[in-house]
Amino acid sequence: MEALPARARVYLVGVTLLGLCCLLPLPGVPRPGVLSSLPDPRVPWWPVVLLAALYAGCERLARSRLVAGPHPGGTFHPVLLAGAFLLPPTAAALVALPGALLLPVEHGPRLARRLWRTGRLVVAVWAAGLVHLKTGGRDAVAHCDMPGALATAGAAVLAFCLVLTLLDGGVLAPAPGALPRSRPVAAWWRLFLGSLAPLTVHGLAGLMMALLWRSPYGPVAALLVLLPMGVSWWAFAQYHRERAAHQATIRALVQAVDIKDGYTRGHSERVGRASMLIARELGMDDERVEMLRFAGILHDVGKLGVPTRLLTKNGPLTPEERRVIELHPEYGHEMVRGISFLGEARAAVLHHHERLDGKGYPYGLAGGQIPESARVVAVADAFDAMTSTRSYSRARPVPVALEELERCAGTHFDPRMVKALVRAIGRTGWHPVVTADEPRRTAVPGPAAPVTGRPGARR
Amino acid sequence: MRPRAHTVPLHTVVHLCAAVLAAGSLGATLYHGVEDRSTALAFGTLVAVGELTRRGGRGIREPAPLAAAGALAYALLGEVAGRPAELGAAQVVTVVLAASLLGSVPHVGRGDGPALDPVTRRVLTVGFVAVCFHPLHARGAFDDFSGPGHALLLLVLLTLTALCDAVLAAALAHSRTGWPFPPLLRDELRAVSGIGAAVVATGAVMALGAAVVGLWALPVFSVPLLLAQLSHRRYTAVRATYRQTIASLARATEIAGYTPHGHSRRVAALSQAVGRDLGLTEPELTVLEYAALMHDIGQLSLVDPVPEGATAGLPPAEQRRIALLGGAVVRQTGVDPRVAGIVERQADPHAEQPLAARIVRVVNAYDEKCREGGPGGPLTALEELRLGAAGEYAPEVVEALARVLSRDTEGTREQVDRSW
Repeated sequence: MEALPARARVYLVGVTLLGLCCLLPLPGVPRPGVLSSLPDPRVPWWPVVLLAALYAGCERLARSRLVAGPHPGGTFHPVLLAGAFLLPPTAAALVALPGALLLPVEHGPRLARRLWRTGRLVVAVWAAGLVHLKTGGRDAVAHCDMPGALATAGAAVLAFCLVLTLLDGGVLAPAPGALPRSRPVAAWWRLFLGSLAPLTVHGLAGLMMALLWRSPYGPVAALLVLLPMGVSWWAFAQYHRERAAHQATIRALVQAVDIKDGYTRGHSERVGRASMLIARELGMDDERVEMLRFAGILHDVGKLGVPTRLLTKNGPLTPEERRVIELHPEYGHEMVRGISFLGEARAAVLHHHERLDGKGYPYGLAGGQIPESARVVAVADAFDAMTSTRSYSRARPVPVALEELERCAGTHFDPRMVKALVRAIGRTGWHPVVTADEPRRTAVPGPAAPVTGRPGARR
Repeated sequence: MRPRAHTVPLHTVVHLCAAVLAAGSLGATLYHGVEDRSTALAFGTLVAVGELTRRGGRGIREPAPLAAAGALAYALLGEVAGRPAELGAAQVVTVVLAASLLGSVPHVGRGDGPALDPVTRRVLTVGFVAVCFHPLHARGAFDDFSGPGHALLLLVLLTLTALCDAVLAAALAHSRTGWPFPPLLRDELRAVSGIGAAVVATGAVMALGAAVVGLWALPVFSVPLLLAQLSHRRYTAVRATYRQTIASLARATEIAGYTPHGHSRRVAALSQAVGRDLGLTEPELTVLEYAALMHDIGQLSLVDPVPEGATAGLPPAEQRRIALLGGAVVRQTGVDPRVAGIVERQADPHAEQPLAARIVRVVNAYDEKCREGGPGGPLTALEELRLGAAGEYAPEVVEALARVLSRDTEGTREQVDRSW
């Protein structure tokens, strides 16, 4: 708890106390037999124990090595919501307690995280239970009054979602950068809507559990509801695992180029970043931004097909050698054209050396004939080539490189893309993660004869 | 080889059985008329909608889970909102069949029309469940199983059905393609524990839910299954993408001029066919495919390309060195470590190799020798492999390769072609 700022500590203590209030018996609210001095005959406590064990067991199983994967959290909310639909609020809040408390925590501060996780769930479940009770959901569930039960369950899910959003937002708000300072309402709204959709599905599953639990078929039937949820969670975890593996493989593909061409270390990643900056600045949607990041990362992949001797050659190239190197966009396109998810990124790989005046290669396209994605990557590529050390030139400072780009806008580069890059870097700066200037074992010292006949001349 | 010329293939027999069952049910339903129309309409709609969301493709065992679950729930429907549901097995089969066909109309329009096998399986499984359940239920044989017992009974019945369906699906695939039966069955059974379990559970829960709250249960209870279908589909999609990336990565050696054009693709396709013949399961086949695609990647680290990329003719020590280099590259890519293991050991003596590495070695040598041999290449290549079998190439793999090559199963070839 030492690492926490005072504000967070106060917030945490507040949430914990609130959770305790939800768990302790309050006058006028029905409560489970274990906690009250006068057992309420209407609330037997075995469902509480059973649901609590179920929740703890499911969460435990979900994090075991059997299905290990990135965990989005809150997978077994159906159990909690079924508790809220079946039990009085205090008892329902109790269901969340053991599962949330006993679950292992990955990072410190462990005690604080444990308390926070438990506190927010207990409060949210209690609120959902209370809303469900007040709207008369208990009778609807008991009598299987269908549209009524749906409506009350919907109200309870809304309350659950609202409390979770408020508590989460409260944690995030003081942290710099977690929520944008401009338009905070929109950020809260996004937080709320983001969790509402999954919670609605969980709420439906919880309602099904509650209905079947109350039916003659009993808890056995209710347990079956969890099976599809479990399967979908498993598939989701597998999806994330496979996606991560896929991205790692693409990185490796690019590293293979970097190994061949010693001077372009980290170049691909940086061009990916710069392309992403430009795309964001132009207001493209997230999917296209991601696509352009891939385009930037993969733009030089065709260099795998160029003889290593040419790529690492020290000194000026003969015309034939230059022509061989200029084949790399076509090699690259040949390699990635089978990867359908890359979409327009494939065109960028093929055309990233085209010039606006039609003097580029491989096809000599001009102006609007060049795909937009290729125009973005061309600017990003030239920018990074100028700001990092190459065998033929030393790195130039960022402002100089931007000036150079602006000078060539219109003939060589698309002015829109150049302006976007200048704006984006003016606002956030340029902080590449891997730079080519880091010491390398195989570094070839000293720049060779500068071949800057054309701006950002690069191979 | 199975003597297929003189006997009726199994899948035709199964199709005939399903057709007889469907015709009988249709006749009975036409004769007696449809009872409880609103329920029939609701379940029919559910099945048709589920059928509309069908997406086929590689690696999808249950392409329309919602339709399957809805059909099973209708077959197990004992009560609707507390009153007994009066329907017979014949009506169940008729409604499910009609809805399935109706739901597949758009797919037919798009050109990927109803394959006969899924419809057959649907009719037979639903018929099996309905025939087991309805006559006995009508006679009151299940009255002892009230409450939780009833739920468990449904679960047992559905699990049994899922197992039978897996056997049926494996048998149909075996009869169509001639691949060995046990691994096919193992693959089908593995699917039962995944999305199959979700279908079974949803079927049981939907039947029970409809008994408790009436037809409202149908839309509400479909939501979790739809979610499962959605995440499953995303998982399959990302796997397909991954496969494309691996195949593209493998082409780097071709583009760099180290190996002949299409070599890795051919080796991968043929390795898979041989692996299937030798009884590998689906996950093992995926590993084998990746390893076969990337088996030459070590050549990227060579300064001078091997002439024609023909590694099979190199001295063993050199072959092993390239294999080790390749293993190192594959390990870096973060693909399953088993793939790197296979690539690494592809040049070891075959007695020490894992089966997948033996397959890659034999198929790689076959493809290279085919190219060298010209028009009569394939036969000479096989002969050379047989002669060299005792020393370098595993004899059982060479025999499997010969079987695969001589088999005239169009199904295999289609399957292999379509996957590219």
